Amino acid sequence: MTLELSATIGDRNLEVSLTVGPQETVAVMGPNGAGKSSVVQVLAGLLRPDAGHATLGGRPLFRMGNPGLWLPPHTRGIGLLAQDPLLFPHLSVLENVAFGPRSQGRSRSEAAAAARHWLSEVDAVELASRKPGQLSGGQAQRVALARALATDPELLLLDEPMAALDINSAPFLRSLLKRVLAGRRAVIVTHHVLDALMLADRIIVMDGGRIVEEGPTAAVLSHPRSPFAASLAGLNVLTGSLSGAGVQTPDAGLVAGRLTGGLAADAEGDRPADVAARSDAVSASAPAPSGSAGSSPAKGGPEGMAAFPPSAVSVFLAPPQGSPRNCFPVTVSELEPHGDHIRVRAGRLAADISPAATAELQLTPGSRVFFVVKAAEVDIYPA
Amino acid sequence: MPGLGPRNRAWQYRAVPLWVYVVAAAGALFILVPLLGMVAKVNWAQFVPLITSESSLDALLLSLKTAAASTALCIVFGVPLALVLARAQFAGQRILRALILLPLVVPPVVGGLALLYTFGREGLLGKSLTVLGIDVAFSTTAVVMAQAFVALPFLVLSLEGTLRTAGQKYEAVAATLGARPSTVLRRITIPLVLPGLVSGAVLSFARSLGEFGATLTFAGSLQGVTRTLPLEIYLQRETDPDAAVALSFLLIAVAVVVVALTYRTPRLPRPAADAVPETAAA
Repeated sequence: MTLELSATIGDRNLEVSLTVGPQETVAVMGPNGAGKSSVVQVLAGLLRPDAGHATLGGRPLFRMGNPGLWLPPHTRGIGLLAQDPLLFPHLSVLENVAFGPRSQGRSRSEAAAAARHWLSEVDAVELASRKPGQLSGGQAQRVALARALATDPELLLLDEPMAALDINSAPFLRSLLKRVLAGRRAVIVTHHVLDALMLADRIIVMDGGRIVEEGPTAAVLSHPRSPFAASLAGLNVLTGSLSGAGVQTPDAGLVAGRLTGGLAADAEGDRPADVAARSDAVSASAPAPSGSAGSSPAKGGPEGMAAFPPSAVSVFLAPPQGSPRNCFPVTVSELEPHGDHIRVRAGRLAADISPAATAELQLTPGSRVFFVVKAAEVDIYPA
Repeated sequence: MPGLGPRNRAWQYRAVPLWVYVVAAAGALFILVPLLGMVAKVNWAQFVPLITSESSLDALLLSLKTAAASTALCIVFGVPLALVLARAQFAGQRILRALILLPLVVPPVVGGLALLYTFGREGLLGKSLTVLGIDVAFSTTAVVMAQAFVALPFLVLSLEGTLRTAGQKYEAVAATLGARPSTVLRRITIPLVLPGLVSGAVLSFARSLGEFGATLTFAGSLQGVTRTLPLEIYLQRETDPDAAVALSFLLIAVAVVVVALTYRTPRLPRPAADAVPETAAA
């Protein structure tokens, strides 16, 4: 009884295949243009892929090719909540929510009763008689959610449902979604890691029209494998080949750390490994190696990742002597405020330091400095 | 976040040079002064008898009836045409649109001739119709057809524009809620484009009311049967100029009412996207 999708769209360079369990909420994340919304539109029946097929609970949704099959949107039983609430402006809130049940052939009174029920589920009963033009953005999106749920869809698609909301409305809708998505099959496209944390059982990371990473939310965020997942998790991630208690990276040399994940069992996990400072320069101003999850291992060995938070990174003007640390000579590319710290970006590495330290080091873009991180702060795990 | 908080007020500065106002005023006068010139010619003492003579009343009544029928025809055929042009995608769509809009630019007399050689007794379809005992030309039906021929593009053009800006996203959402295409059309699309439909229908009615060339060519000028108000005015122009002016004033008055009603049409309700801020609504 799962949702299975496989779709290819040539001119959007999209090629994905995914499954979603009956009561599972999956977050689809990725940079702009990754193809997330295309996946939603294909599932909803609003966009035809060039090839592929999909089934929902054993029922075919579409099968491209010959003989082909294409269920129109109104027969799919798939609800859609987009960034824009798209409430029908000529209908009242109640009529908007009753629209789905009415279209499913239920009587006027039944549809109104269902609408009232779902409006109360989203705490919007008192808005029933208003017109959409009289609602705030947050209210409208709650009503749109009630409208999507009122048809009891087998699959609910949420395409950046909170992207257009102000910072006061988003948390309310998010906790509302947490409540109504429990035990329901949903795919949520989002840019916010908080949405994934609160709502999703699983994360699918897309980039360039492909799925580059997927797994349980906690696993993806603690051990990201793609650059996008690393940025979501707020971690610095270097890839290379596993070598002892470290990762041999092509551009930053050996990064020492603690083995975690599947490796911790067959290695002495918590002991920080000794590593001397290196002179290999991280090519700071160059962008991350393309498709970096797949950047070739330096010297044999299985592929591995080294991840550490920016807060664990110290910044020095000269390499520190004699301590078991990783040291990366870098060139500062950007400085930006980050909470009550300054985030110092150098290529794909970042360090969070205090404003005072930033001033003392006289950091500006172009400064050549050393990023230093204790091996104990670095998680090493297989790709 | 963008788009939140109080909406930006438009800046006060407007870059319209003074001479533009002068030329614009001349253009406006070019339209308004001739109307005044005609109103000045109206014989007010005899106005009511002039417009209530038997031939005038016949013409007025016929004009209203045929224009109403023609508007109905325009709605019946124009709505599907506009939908197909705005929503569907097929080969030759642009050519079809150009051809349908042709009556806007073709002289009405030419349109009347085209109708005559199609539906007339010796016309392309007229021969078969005659066999069936239907004779269209020089009947009230012909008047309605001539008017619909020239008025249809007005409705299609107006509605197609509205359909394109009304956005298909509402229709897509309605479909995901389980609504069949016919339900979407009836409950979402038509209500959303109603202002465009109404203004298109009003324009068609006004164009039908003023139709002259195609009607004269295809339907002739029989009192009470095909002689509509414009034809009556043209006829009276030689024999009874006062009656012609009075009837012209009547037509202008009807047109003014029609235009005024169109511009009073309420705008589409604002979508929720740019609704009031939370605090104001709570």
